[in-house]
This record gives sequence, C-alpha cells and structure tokens, in this order.
Amino acid sequence: MISPLASASTIRVAVAANFKPVLDVLAEQFEKKHDARVLVSSASSGILYNQISHGAPFDLFLSADDERPAMLEKNGLIVPDSRKTYAYGRLVLWSHRDQPVTLKTLEAYKGRLAIANPALAPYGAAAQQTLEKMNLWQGYQGRLVQGASIQQAWQFVASGNVDLGLVAKAQVLDQPKNRILDIPESYHAPIRQELVLLKQSKEPKARAFMDYLLNDTSQAYIASQGYRPAK
Amino acid sequence: MLSAAVWLTLKLAFVTTLILMVIGIPLAWKLSTMRSRWCPVIEALVGLPMVLPPTVLGFYLLLAFSPNNPIGQFWLNMTGSTLAFSFSGLVVASVLYSLPFVVQPLQRSFEQLDHGLLEAAAMLGARRLDRFINIVLPNTRRALLLAACMGFAHTIGEFGVVLMIGGNIPGETQVLSIALFDAVETQQFDTAHTIAGGLLAFAMTLLVVLYSIDRRGSLR
Repeated sequence: MISPLASASTIRVAVAANFKPVLDVLAEQFEKKHDARVLVSSASSGILYNQISHGAPFDLFLSADDERPAMLEKNGLIVPDSRKTYAYGRLVLWSHRDQPVTLKTLEAYKGRLAIANPALAPYGAAAQQTLEKMNLWQGYQGRLVQGASIQQAWQFVASGNVDLGLVAKAQVLDQPKNRILDIPESYHAPIRQELVLLKQSKEPKARAFMDYLLNDTSQAYIASQGYRPAK
Repeated sequence: MLSAAVWLTLKLAFVTTLILMVIGIPLAWKLSTMRSRWCPVIEALVGLPMVLPPTVLGFYLLLAFSPNNPIGQFWLNMTGSTLAFSFSGLVVASVLYSLPFVVQPLQRSFEQLDHGLLEAAAMLGARRLDRFINIVLPNTRRALLLAACMGFAHTIGEFGVVLMIGGNIPGETQVLSIALFDAVETQQFDTAHTIAGGLLAFAMTLLVVLYSIDRRGSLR
C-alpha cells in the first residue's frame, strides 16, 4: 500500500497518550491535504521525554505538560522558538454513580478518589492543587488511588472500582452530563500542553504539520474534544 | 518513602510465598499423582501466568475486583472495602501470578520421587498424611526451598499486575517496581539507580545461593 518513495516524507510524532485520539484525526486530515505520512507514537510524556533524550528519531513532540518541553529546550534539543502551547487540559470531577455531582460532593465524599499521580501527570498535579485549594488534601490522604497516568485514573472509575475521580474532560465526553463537574480553572495552575519541534528533525514538512495543529480549524476541533484551545 | 516501598514489597512477597506453599504443595502433589484426562487443562491453568502478559492478568483482575462483579461485590460485602487498591488485592493477584513458579518445581520433584518408599511405608501401616510428612517432604526439601525462593523472587519483581490494580498508594500498594517506574517517569535517575541496582543485587544473590545449594546437593 505504501510505496518506498512515500517514506521520504514521513513525519514522526511522539504524542502524550491522552492526546492521541485527537491527534490521529488531525493527522489523517493533514495527510489528505499534504503529500505526507504522519507516524504517531504514543506513551506517557515522561517515557517519551526519556526516549527523546536518548536519541529517539521523532520530528515533533506533543507533551501533556509544559515541563518536559521546557527541559528539552534547556538541553538544546529543540528548534529555537518552536515551543508552543497547543491545548489546555480541563480537569473534571466524574462520578460512576448515577447522581449529580457538585463541589459539595467532593467535600462530603468518604470513599476513595481516583486521580493521576501528581508527580507524573499534570492532571494529577491539578487534582492535588484543587484539593489543596478546597482544604481537602489532608483529609483525602490514604484515600487517593493514583494512576500512573490520567488514562489509568479514568480506568479505575470506568471499571467501577472507584466511585469518584478527577479526570480529563476529554475522557468523559460521552458520559451523562449530570455526573460530570467542570473544576473551576482558577482552582489549579493551567494544564498547559506544549509541543516542540526537535532539532534532530530532517523532515521539512514537520513544521507544516506543527503550524497545521495550531491553525484555527484544528484548534476548533481540539476545543470540541474537551480541551481549551491555545488561543 | 523508599523504605516503606521496600518493607511493603518484602511483606507482599513473604505473605504470598506463605500462601503459595500452603496451597502449592497439595496442588503439586495432586497433579503429580492424578491420572485424569483433565490433567493437561488444570496444568495449563496453573502455568498460564508464565506465558500470559501480566497486564492481561491485571486487566481481568481489575474487572473481577470491581463491585459491579460478583467477586468484587462479595468482597465488598464481607470486608466493607474494595479488593482493588488494597494489600489484600495485591496478595490475591500475586498468588495467581507466582503460582506456576512454586507448583512446577514441586510437581517435577514429586514425580521423580521413589514411589517404592511410599509403598513400603504403606505396607508397614503408615497413613497417607504420615507418609507425606515423613517421606515425601524430607525427600523433596531442595525442591521445596527452590519453589519458595522462586515464588518469593517472582513476587518481588511483579510490576504489570500491580500497575493495573494497585493504584500506587504509598504504604499499601506502592511496591518497589512501581516506585522505580515513578522514578524513571519523573527523571529521578538517582532514585531509579538505587532501586534497580538493589533489585539486581537481590536477584543475583538469590540465584548464586540457589545454584550453590544445587551444586552441593546438600539438601537432597
């Protein structure tokens, strides 16, 4: 199906797993308009950062945070000025039980709460900040079930093992609206998702794909998928 | 924080090994003497975790532990807490996960046992349990030690299953392999080196001890 010639224009993208479904759609649209292939690799931002630091051959890196891109910039591994915000993550409170959720739910709740690991995932850090802001962090110690990623926090609730979780809005788009509460963005630092163009990239179309992700049409699609757009 | 993970890992391995020896010895004996056509099926079930990716086991356990499921529901009613994200849940998972590493060496050793000894003892009037405790167990001491060590070591290194059902709760489910994963993910390579190096040294030491016992044949 794919001719050897086509591989001349292959853009290799490393993407944080939470954004992969969105990127897949945008990549497919880009492929239709441009004569290029987009090869998507997904893992957690931490794993991808380690891979890139050790020479993994990617052109673009879409991180789930702004820390790893900043570290790559500091280490001189990216094209200068290519570090851009492509989306802001949105934290929501999500209940597995069929009952409306409010901020009061979080205060009165006595069971276990699923969050992403604050040390690993920006959604986890935002969850911690939210609980601290509400003076609930101490009370939740020993009752926090931490996933290695926000996907895993979602999975803990989705499988019914935990009744309540602080997850990403993008994960619960298909869920009943009354079971989801948008956490006010003032409760935590912005979940800024940044991308970088890697210095080692030899693929000229990588920058075109980067610009494509930041254009208005792509940003509107990103916003429809549970994120706040970058602009 | 690291010492809590070390302690938890050792506790998990110890409890798991204890349970595995209690259920593994009779199970291995049964398998070594059974002549049913269902034998291969049971042996396959026991051996499954050796070839199954741990995440597959973890995924099914996550579903089984859920209160939406009869097993998870039963546990919740009995204890008032969920089986996932608890030490008990890790023990259940580890027992399943390490079962073949205990049962298989035992079964092989039981099969090689001189059954003439048992027949002689039977003719002299020794009952089954008596024969098992006074003939089978002393003659398979080395296999018993090997099985216990394999079960212990394998549980220490468990990762995929704990990642799926553990929930990374410090002091409860955050074992060393999870702490190592965290350290690598957050680029804390000093901590990662400490944990990984420690686990490597432990595994190497254990194997050297096991092989030297094997060479001397001192436990035969």
